[in-house]
Amino acid sequence: MGRLLNTILIGVSGGSIYSLMALALVLVWRSTRVVNFAQAGQAILSTYIGYVVITHTDNYWIAFPVALVAGALAGALIDILMVRTLMKRAHSGPVAGIAPVIATLGLLGLIRAVVGMIWGGDLRQFKLPVSNHGFTFGHNTIPFAPINLLIVVTTVVVMLIFSLIFQRTNLGLSLRASAYQPEIARLAGIRVDLTRTIGWAFAGAAGAVAGMLVTPTNYLSPNSLDLLLVSGFVAAVIGGLESLVGAAVGGLILGISLALVLEYVSSSLAFPVAFVVLIAVLLFKPSGLIGAKRTRHA
Amino acid sequence: MESNSTLLSIQNLSVNFGGLKALAGVSLDLHPGEVVGLIGPNGAGKTTLFNAVSGLVDVESGSLRVHDLDRPWPKPHDLVDLGISRTLQGVGLFPDLTVLENVMLGATKFVESGFIRASLGFDGRDEARLRTRAMNALERVYAAGIAHRAVESLPYPTTKRVAIARALVSEPKILLLDEPAGGLGAQDIDWMNGLIRNLSENCAILLVEHHMDVVMSVCHRLYVLNFGEVIAHGAVQDVRQNPAVVAAYLGSGAVSS
Repeated sequence: MGRLLNTILIGVSGGSIYSLMALALVLVWRSTRVVNFAQAGQAILSTYIGYVVITHTDNYWIAFPVALVAGALAGALIDILMVRTLMKRAHSGPVAGIAPVIATLGLLGLIRAVVGMIWGGDLRQFKLPVSNHGFTFGHNTIPFAPINLLIVVTTVVVMLIFSLIFQRTNLGLSLRASAYQPEIARLAGIRVDLTRTIGWAFAGAAGAVAGMLVTPTNYLSPNSLDLLLVSGFVAAVIGGLESLVGAAVGGLILGISLALVLEYVSSSLAFPVAFVVLIAVLLFKPSGLIGAKRTRHA
Repeated sequence: MESNSTLLSIQNLSVNFGGLKALAGVSLDLHPGEVVGLIGPNGAGKTTLFNAVSGLVDVESGSLRVHDLDRPWPKPHDLVDLGISRTLQGVGLFPDLTVLENVMLGATKFVESGFIRASLGFDGRDEARLRTRAMNALERVYAAGIAHRAVESLPYPTTKRVAIARALVSEPKILLLDEPAGGLGAQDIDWMNGLIRNLSENCAILLVEHHMDVVMSVCHRLYVLNFGEVIAHGAVQDVRQNPAVVAAYLGSGAVSS
């Protein structure tokens, strides 16, 4: 029983990171209808910037907000410099739907290459912000450590903030309107381009948080977040791609599933299981397990 | 009803779609207190004219004056700042948002505390202000009771009211109504007639409508478009007797009815 509980706790911690990456993907999808493969690149760039700050200050807590702002700026710049132009120039014809997606794939390769040129391909490690030694209860030490608690708490806070923004603020309303019917939103007086850029910035910040949380227990290299991107996609699809709650739930389902497979079946099966879950959801519930939520009261 | 000042003046407006002339040298004036009908057969260019004024299509040539000032052809998001609101030929609402949220979207010009701060909800007064304005607009179309319903759950005639409420919430001086009676039954059309007359007490209205009963009932003047050109304009009674209009659009029954 204790083994099962520990496994679930570790799954919740890993799933939280997947949720954050899924959140970043959902934010871009909801604001611009683009599946953003470059999200892993944006996160890795932000995390390297965080790494530079840590090496200069020896302080994770200074690096964290710097990486977050860098992620937001990178997201905003990608929208302004690339996505806006693509949407204007490739808004019709057979390339309209696919051009931005292919462009984000290209951008992922470009960011990885630039990061590799600047920082090299060596594996680097962060200093842990909190301990990774499991909590001790009496004589029992469990695998769930303060770093896992940090990951879960940070994820919950980030999810709550974005949920409040989407469901309770004018910006959230504008983001939702701009994504679904941009021309109507414009006629209602909404600055759709600016609103979408803010959506990209939010996504960049969420991806940076994911990168800064996962790296201390892992290592940093130009492609160290690629697996996280895949997991984030799976989590986003499980959650229906539209819903912030869905991203959270999707990440947790995936995280716990992988932890259970790792613990009880085989570590070599963990990666394939993610894809089995993805295909199963697409086959049996393609709209995802959770729908978008709506609320606003007078 | 008609005054010397001009709320909206369009001069020699031309719009081309590829090689097709959608509008060719169209001129139109709208004065305070007026309800002006824009009629013509399908494809005559009525909605294209609305789209040109709204910044949804590129204008080939022509000039625009709003509130007696020369203006460049606006971008869509500038429209409400110019005191212009429009409804769309369909309904143009966001089906997965509530009625209140749909109407609040039209009120963002009243946000006072800066885009980012207000958008992020740091200023609750803005949120409350927009909500109050949205509720007032819903009351004007007798839809305040359904503020919390999801739009997708509403019957079609009710969605028309909500669309008008969203246009009204920015307190426009010029209202562009694109087929407000389209798809409505006789009872709802009567109701819409009354609403348009009420609205005209506070803003001038440019109306595109195929229901001639509505047009003849609420309009003070008419412009008739055919193949992108104005073929007649003037008082309703004069236009409905115009042989060119009868031939192109109204049919012989219109003269005698």
